[in-house]
Amino acid sequence: MIWRIASLAGFLLAWQLGSSLAGAAILPSPAAVLMALLEEARSGALALNLLATLARVAAAFTVAILFGSAIGYAMGRSATFDRVADPWLILLLNLPALVIILLAYVWFGLTEAAAVGAVAINKLPNTIATLREGARALDPALDEMGQAFTFDPLTRARHIVVPQLAPYLAAATRTGLSLVWKIVLVVELIGRPNGVGFAIGTAFQLFDVARILAYGLCFVAVMLAIETCLVQPLERHASRWRTRKA
Amino acid sequence: MRSAAGERKEILADIRFALAPGEVTALVGPSGSGKTTLLKIIAGLDHDFEGEVTIPAERLGFVFQEPRLLPWRTVEENVRIAAPQASNSDLEPLFNALGLGQHRRHFPGELSLGLARRAAVARAFAVRPDLLLLDEPFVSLDETLARQLQEELIALVERSCVTSLLVTHDILEAARLVERVIVLDGRPARMVADLAIEKPRAQRSATFVSSIADRIRSTRLTTS
Repeated sequence: MIWRIASLAGFLLAWQLGSSLAGAAILPSPAAVLMALLEEARSGALALNLLATLARVAAAFTVAILFGSAIGYAMGRSATFDRVADPWLILLLNLPALVIILLAYVWFGLTEAAAVGAVAINKLPNTIATLREGARALDPALDEMGQAFTFDPLTRARHIVVPQLAPYLAAATRTGLSLVWKIVLVVELIGRPNGVGFAIGTAFQLFDVARILAYGLCFVAVMLAIETCLVQPLERHASRWRTRKA
Repeated sequence: MRSAAGERKEILADIRFALAPGEVTALVGPSGSGKTTLLKIIAGLDHDFEGEVTIPAERLGFVFQEPRLLPWRTVEENVRIAAPQASNSDLEPLFNALGLGQHRRHFPGELSLGLARRAAVARAFAVRPDLLLLDEPFVSLDETLARQLQEELIALVERSCVTSLLVTHDILEAARLVERVIVLDGRPARMVADLAIEKPRAQRSATFVSSIADRIRSTRLTTS
């Protein structure tokens, strides 16, 4: 804990030092960034933009995880489907995010659905690839057990399949959240009238570096809070059977 | 049956038997003779065979060679997931009979192999099976533990009068525990003997058991 605080203090110090060396216009001091942040908070713009972005992150993330898990599971379980879908997956994995975003806007207009859809499609192949590995690693012995005791599909999913996929879902969530919010900012920068990406775009046009940093850091803080308050406790719950040893 | 390399192999041939209700039968044979495969065919887990399996009964209890418990569920949850209709008053005596009373809230990873096997046995009985299939349930337990589990298991079988099929390679175990022994041998495995042991379990002396074991041994085609 002491090392963490020391490290953070060192970071602030280096920032302050860099600011006085490079000049406040290029790298504003921590205090100036804090002032910009408070200013945005007072006007209500901060809350509005943060909420808009969070809503997009949540929507795109949910769509990507739902579809990605279903497709990944199917690919992991069926060799034929895997062979058919694999080239598509490779195509999607290597398609630049920017191309997907621009095409979505061109084809579907500057709409919310196009924005969220474009982000979801960017996240989709990564989820598919992760969950496919998870589905391949499913234990056939437990499958057989469920069959012998005639588990219904819901019981099988809940007690046999999902617990085995949990680490893969957690990995997809981890990489997913950081990937999704970065792409959401780009989507907002290009074609949305609100959100953190939009605010940063406006600040960039005004060369307001303090505001860019204020939004950036604020968003990191929000994502960190989601990670510690939501993702980690869920993961601990899912792996409680691993940690206890007799 | 298809091997991992994809070649077709005949494992079992000309197997034909019927189990009487409530009868405890052992399926004996050297390892690799297809006993487990036969059990899976009976349980409907293996469909790659020619022939017919008729099970008038509906509910199946299966004790696999490895306990096959869900590691992320407690002992009690494992049993309840398999037997959702079982009430607390059904499970309480079952857990106690198998010495699992203290371990209901433990996860399988916290149990010894002996206890995990007991949990698997509890699960199989909790579904109130019409047919109980046991695949080497005492293998890799030490002698005392195996004996103890055998006694507990037989007590449960007798109390519930469930038709049971026990797969084992241990001839003495079979001679001690069951009422009928079916011997498989050869490649592909065929039924080489079908013996009834009429003497009640409790009256079987050590000499009687070893004489039965000798009889079973003498039926084998090959000695390995």
